[in-house]
Amino acid sequence: MAKTITAPRPPALVRELTRAERWKIRGPLLPALIFTILLTQLPFLLTLIYSFQSWSLLSNKPAQFNGGANYLTTVQDEIFWRSIGNTGVMTGVSTVACIVIGLLLALLLNHTFPGRGIARTLAITPFFVMPVAVTLFWRSAMFDPGFGLLGWFSRLVGLPAISWLSEYPMAALIILLTWRFTPFAMLILIAGLQSAPQEQLEAARVDGAGPLRQFRFILIPHLRPYIELAALLLAMNLIQTFGEIALLTAGGPAFGTTNITYYIYLKGFNGFDFGTASALGIAALLITIALVLPALRLLSGIFQKEGRR
Amino acid sequence: MQIGPQRTKAAARVLAVTAAGALLAGSFTACSTDNKGGTAGGDVTINVALAANPQMKTAESLISDFEQKNPGIKVKFTTLPENDLRPAVTKDVATKAGQFDVAMMGSYEVPIWAKNNWIIPLEDYATKDTAWKKDDLLEPIKDIVSSDGKLYGAPFYGSSSFLFYRKDLAQKAGVTISQTPTWEEIAAAAAKMDDKANGTSGICLRGLPGWGQNLASLTTVINTFGGRWFDEQWQPQLTSPETTKAVQFYVDLLREHGQADAAKDGWEGCLQKMSQGTTAMWYDDTVFAGSVLNQATPAVKENLGFAMAPTGPADIKSGWLWSWGLGITSSSKNPDAAWKFISWVTSPEYIKLAGEKSGWDSIPPGSRTSTYELPEYKKATAAYADLTLDSINAANPTQPTKDKVPYSGVQYVQIPEFVDIGDFVSQQVAGAISGTQTVEEALKKSQDYATNAVKTAGYLK
Amino acid sequence: MTATTSLPPAEVRARTHVVIRRPKPTKHLKNVLMGVGGWLGSLILFLPIAYMLLKSFQTESDAAAATPKVFFAPTMENYEDVFSAGFWPYAINSLIVVVVSTLVVLVLAVPAAYALSVRPVEKAQDGLFFFISTKMMPMAAAIIPVYVIATALGVLNTLGILIVMHIGMNLPLAIWMIRSFMQEIPEEILEAASVDGASRWRAARSIILPLVRPGLASTALLCAVFSWNEYFFAVNLTNSTSTLPLFLQKFLSFGELYTAHVAAAATLLSIPVIIAGWMAQKSLVRGLLFGAVK
Repeated sequence: MAKTITAPRPPALVRELTRAERWKIRGPLLPALIFTILLTQLPFLLTLIYSFQSWSLLSNKPAQFNGGANYLTTVQDEIFWRSIGNTGVMTGVSTVACIVIGLLLALLLNHTFPGRGIARTLAITPFFVMPVAVTLFWRSAMFDPGFGLLGWFSRLVGLPAISWLSEYPMAALIILLTWRFTPFAMLILIAGLQSAPQEQLEAARVDGAGPLRQFRFILIPHLRPYIELAALLLAMNLIQTFGEIALLTAGGPAFGTTNITYYIYLKGFNGFDFGTASALGIAALLITIALVLPALRLLSGIFQKEGRR
Repeated sequence: MQIGPQRTKAAARVLAVTAAGALLAGSFTACSTDNKGGTAGGDVTINVALAANPQMKTAESLISDFEQKNPGIKVKFTTLPENDLRPAVTKDVATKAGQFDVAMMGSYEVPIWAKNNWIIPLEDYATKDTAWKKDDLLEPIKDIVSSDGKLYGAPFYGSSSFLFYRKDLAQKAGVTISQTPTWEEIAAAAAKMDDKANGTSGICLRGLPGWGQNLASLTTVINTFGGRWFDEQWQPQLTSPETTKAVQFYVDLLREHGQADAAKDGWEGCLQKMSQGTTAMWYDDTVFAGSVLNQATPAVKENLGFAMAPTGPADIKSGWLWSWGLGITSSSKNPDAAWKFISWVTSPEYIKLAGEKSGWDSIPPGSRTSTYELPEYKKATAAYADLTLDSINAANPTQPTKDKVPYSGVQYVQIPEFVDIGDFVSQQVAGAISGTQTVEEALKKSQDYATNAVKTAGYLK
Repeated sequence: MTATTSLPPAEVRARTHVVIRRPKPTKHLKNVLMGVGGWLGSLILFLPIAYMLLKSFQTESDAAAATPKVFFAPTMENYEDVFSAGFWPYAINSLIVVVVSTLVVLVLAVPAAYALSVRPVEKAQDGLFFFISTKMMPMAAAIIPVYVIATALGVLNTLGILIVMHIGMNLPLAIWMIRSFMQEIPEEILEAASVDGASRWRAARSIILPLVRPGLASTALLCAVFSWNEYFFAVNLTNSTSTLPLFLQKFLSFGELYTAHVAAAATLLSIPVIIAGWMAQKSLVRGLLFGAVK
């Protein structure tokens, strides 16, 4: 409950701010703003310029303006579209899986039971291990049909060992990503559960509502902003997936697990075709913006709820 | 709210920020490489980029020998896995960023980089440095690290490809592997030696995408089946009957009697399987003989046999030709010091030193005739040394196929565009190996991509 | 526990007889099941890491066995190999990059967050959008110009370029989180502090900062984790002067069996971050609770 202020509002706050005052307010923001603009907009501008040039390091010829040729190639490039699709699948499925499993775990780990602290600690570990290292480990010790753990499990139950990286590479990648990011979703959702309106839940229980109804009609609406936040943060990170793809499947087979980040890397730093890679980058940016705009609107929804100034 | 602790906290904060700032500024310069030319008596540091292989690791460990013989020169190593070394060094030489004085290059890169003037010729250094014995180099290996007759790369090791096999498993299955087998024989042998129930595959072949991974083995199979990458007018031949037959053979062999999940295995995966005894045969690089024996389980070690690279219907000798060589980048400010390092690590004396200190299985093979005349080496590697030498001498990079071709290279095509084309095709092949698509589909897509690529590059009119 | 301790009136008891009696054993069972479920879920998540720890003490041939070996003769050779392969220079580099970049991120983010919440600029929403939108751009697109500029400036293969990139990577997240914490501060405290305009700076330092300290801690932790594990910039912008993710590449050499060695390296590389994460999980949850979403 807010205490009321006894002093009247100073008249100074009511009038229009002078230019000097406005700049004084902006002051603290400027270092971060300038740094970010330099670091992100400048490269973006350069990428735009390169995307209109024929520039391949290997040909040893200087860069030449070539109009929209790179964009034409990109639009006609089947692998480009494939990588966009892969990015969508990878990101979408992993995000949903992380949230569903994260929610389940959050519910379980929010109850008091012996050793809950330890259990929670164990559960969040996958998020903190070094991705590169753990991907290499999964590749051999988990996914290998010969001596991997998963292969052993399936032999134990009498099923043939799955050749993950050949037959289901996308599934393998999604499993790895989900495993790594579920703890992150879980933490956010635990925070959400802890802030759940206890009085409403009480009232519902007294009224005879079972746990399922409590869940559906009280918890879910309350958790909605948390779920949306988790989904947004997860998606932002998952779109940039690079190390896991490079080390688990090398983007294959037949580019089946190449996402847009990895494809740009292949074109730019493997094939050294800077012009085409830049065009790919711009195209990817446009598509990301188009898909993410609804998410940004979502963000503003979150902001409006919490904004009070 | 006391002033005291506040001020202290504030002061601490300012200090921290200043320290961070200083560190930030310092770290931009402090840890960068030092390429200053050496004045008389001054210390010169040369930066060497290497592929992370056991032979190079040995060289790193013996570096004190070099520094003793060459006071005033310090060596800083950057070791990367093969697949990452290539892009890292290419980036550096192409943009003349100047991070490396010495770069390890594959025989594929040498002619291309020489033409682009990214590396300097070593011909003069080699001729002047008589102790280095330029004429002792194996001729075929020397050729593939030269351009226009001039030496550009000092060969660190040279290799070809041959067959590894388990003599005991062959005997058990009732097959005999001849010293010059055909692919037909090997396919039949693989079928007989395949023992999935006991976790042993008949054969292990590279399936991993990459122009230097699955495509290396596959190209030699294509060659010896009578196929080729391009005809004399640069028309891609990936859908020709011979090429199709070869690729179908390779894919079928892998899917029926090859290792499980083949599309994930490059030579690393097969090396592990061969040395741990989970495959009966392996077709790959001769340089791995030492590594396999070093890591082998006792059962494998006692029963390891070797044979020449199998041939196909066109009866072409199909062992490939490869060398890792050391070159001096054009942007190096210390070429003389760089040569001193290069000549040390590729000299006959070094080979003797490495053999004595680290074992004869770990010396860099296939670069010099004198290596194969060392009695200790001959004794320790009796099982495979002669076969290695024979394979190297039998390879013909200028005419690797049945019909004439406009390119050179046994297991690759010596044009700059091949990395891009090769990576694409290798991905498609991996798709066929994993069953995602048929061989026809893989080859059709590859044919279209290759045609487009050589048209854009101007080879195909 | 919620049930009333007094008995409900007779009619209710008669009607709801079964309902009143059932909850006790069911509730207990439910709790047990939830506890078991919680443990099961946590263990499943932790299993690959436990397995990794196990494998790090095996010899390579043991590690390659088809049936996972639980009983075996443990060896430290994998860890020894990691340390003798030049682990420390890379570890020190990682430490420098993480500490410096996180510090600078905080120094930039706190004032920026202040200017977007406590005493906001006009169009604060747009400002925030701008920062968040920079995270949407696929990193891969920006790397080429960054590489070219870095080459021109001669800062390739230095820690400085990594620090700069990490700051750019973490700044939007830090601003967002710290801003949220600042919004938690009750209005009246801020009002009381801002009565005298001249001491706004002191008000910020002595009132706001202490209040958001737990939030700062959790933000710093998250930034440190992302920076420690960062691979893409390291692999493209550096080689010999680099951080731990790149050390792993150097460590795996060609032609050698590697599962047990990877396990040892992975364990070693992850320990600092895992410990930090474990210690700070409470503050992370609290931070998320009070911070990111209202």
